[in-house]
Amino acid sequence: MMVYADNAATTCVSKTALDAMLPYLTTCYGNPSSLYSFAQEAKEALEEARETVAKLIGAASAREIYFTSGGSEADNQAICSAAWSGAKKGKKHLISTKFEHHAVLHTLDKLKKEGFEVTLLDVHEDGVVRVEDVAAAIREDTALVTVMFANNEIGTVQPIREIGALCREKGIPFHTDAVQAIGHMPVHVQEMNIDMLSLSGHKFHAPKGVGVLYARRGMLLSNIIEGGAQERGKRGGTENIPGIVALAAALKESVEHMEENTAKIIPMRDKLFAELSKIPHSKINGSLEHHVPGTVNMCFEGIEGESLLLLLDAHGVCASSGSACTSGSLDPSHVLLALGLPHEIAHGSLRLSLGEYNTMEEVDHIIEVVPKVVSYLRNMSPIWEDLETGKKPHLI
Amino acid sequence: MALYSEKVMDHFQNPRNVGKMDDASGIGVVGNAKCGDIMKMYIKVENGIIVDAKFNTFGCGSAIATSSMATEMIKGKSVEEALTLSNKAVVEALDGLPVHKIHCSVLAEEAVRAAVKDYYDKNGIAYDKEQFCDHDCAHCHEHDHE
Repeated sequence: MMVYADNAATTCVSKTALDAMLPYLTTCYGNPSSLYSFAQEAKEALEEARETVAKLIGAASAREIYFTSGGSEADNQAICSAAWSGAKKGKKHLISTKFEHHAVLHTLDKLKKEGFEVTLLDVHEDGVVRVEDVAAAIREDTALVTVMFANNEIGTVQPIREIGALCREKGIPFHTDAVQAIGHMPVHVQEMNIDMLSLSGHKFHAPKGVGVLYARRGMLLSNIIEGGAQERGKRGGTENIPGIVALAAALKESVEHMEENTAKIIPMRDKLFAELSKIPHSKINGSLEHHVPGTVNMCFEGIEGESLLLLLDAHGVCASSGSACTSGSLDPSHVLLALGLPHEIAHGSLRLSLGEYNTMEEVDHIIEVVPKVVSYLRNMSPIWEDLETGKKPHLI
Repeated sequence: MALYSEKVMDHFQNPRNVGKMDDASGIGVVGNAKCGDIMKMYIKVENGIIVDAKFNTFGCGSAIATSSMATEMIKGKSVEEALTLSNKAVVEALDGLPVHKIHCSVLAEEAVRAAVKDYYDKNGIAYDKEQFCDHDCAHCHEHDHE
C-alpha cells in the first residue's frame, strides 16, 4: 500500500487538468504571440484561462492576472515591485512574518541588502498573526505588508481579510502568498482587501511550473524576467499555455468541488489528530481553530524526523518533516522554531497533508504505522532513555 | 537515485547491536539534541579486546546507520585499533554517504573514541590527553543556537 500524504508539497495532476492541457501540447501548439490564426487559438485559450482565474479568485478584471512559473516567482515579483515602488517615495520598510515561505523570506533578505528595513512579526504559539501586531508595526515609511494566507508546514490560516482592511485604511499595499489556500478554502481578493496574491498550480492538481500573480489595478509591477511583451510587458517569456490552461481547469474543478472535498478531508484529518495524539509525549502544532482542511503537523518527543520519514516510507507512507536533516540545514524548520518550540522537539516533527484523493483506509494505515515507528525509534533513542528514566524532564 | 546507498538503508532498517549494555566497560555519548543527533556507544572490553559493542542513537537515518556500522567495525578489535577507526572508513564501509551527512560518520568515530576514553578513565589506564578532544568536534560548530 502506498499512501501519498504530502499534498502540501505537491499534488498529482487531475484528469480534468490533463485533458484540458493535452491539446496544447500536441495539436494546438502555436505561440500566442504569432499572428496566424493557428497560433491565435493558443492566444484565445490563454485569455480564457486568465478570465477563469480572475473570476475564481474574485478579481475585478482579467487584466489583473499575470501568469508566472509558480508561487516563488509570483512572491518575488510582488514583493520586489512593492518595495522598489515604495523606495521611490522614500518608503523602505517592509512587514512580514517569521514563518513565511522562503520565497518570501529570502526575497526580503535580498531587499535588506538593498537597504530596506524588514519587520518580521511573531506568529505566537498558535501560528496565527495578530492584526494588532500588524497595526503596531506599521510606520510612515512602510512600503508593503506581506502575510501568507495559510502556512505550508502547520496549515494555520491567517486573518487576511482583517489585515487587508487595515492596510487598505493605511494606504499600504498588501500581498499574500496564498499557495496553500487557493483551491482548498474560499479566497476572494476583492472582498478580502488583497492587493497582490501569489498562487501555484501544482498545489491543486495542475502541473508544476505554473503559477499566478494577482496584482490589483494600480499596483506598479517591476519585471523579474525581462523579455518580450507577454503578460502586458510584465513577465517576459513565451507563455506556458498547456500549464496555464491546466491551472485554470484545475482551479475551476477545485473551487467547484471545494465543499465536498472539505467535507471528505476534514473527518480524515480529525481522525489523524485524534489517533496520533494518543501517542504519549506528542504535540499538535498550530491552532486547530484556524486551519486548512488537509494539514496535520505534530511533534513526537525523543525521535528525529528524517529517520521517522524513512521508516514511514518503508511502510508505504509519503510524508514530510521539519527536522534539520530534511531541511538540508543544521537548524530545524523556521516555522516550528517561530512557534517557540525547542530545537530538540522541532527535530521530531511530522507533517501529513491530505487531499481529496486520500481515503479513510489510507488514514487507518497511517494510524497503524506511525505509533509503531515512533515507538521503534524511541526504543533506540538515548534521549528517550533519559526522559523515561527521569534524568531529563519531558518537554511535551 | 535513492538518497542513501543500499548498505546505509540496510544498517538503518536492520541496525546491528542496538540497545543498552548493563556491564559496559566504557560508554561514550556524543552529539547534541539541539542539533538533532546524539549517539551513545557502549563497549565491553576483555583483555584489551572489544568483545561487544552496542549503541543507542537519536538522529537521522545516516546517524543510525553509521552507529550500527561503527559497532560492527570495532567488535573483536583491540582498544588501540578501535581508536584508529576513522570516519572515512565508516563511510567507505557503507558505500558512501551524501556530503551533508558526513558529519554523522564523524560523530560515530567520536562516539567510539569517547567510549574508549571512558574505559581508560574507569580503569586508570594512562593515555595521551591530546588524543581526545573533550568537546563535540563534529557538531554544531557551524552555527550558534539561541
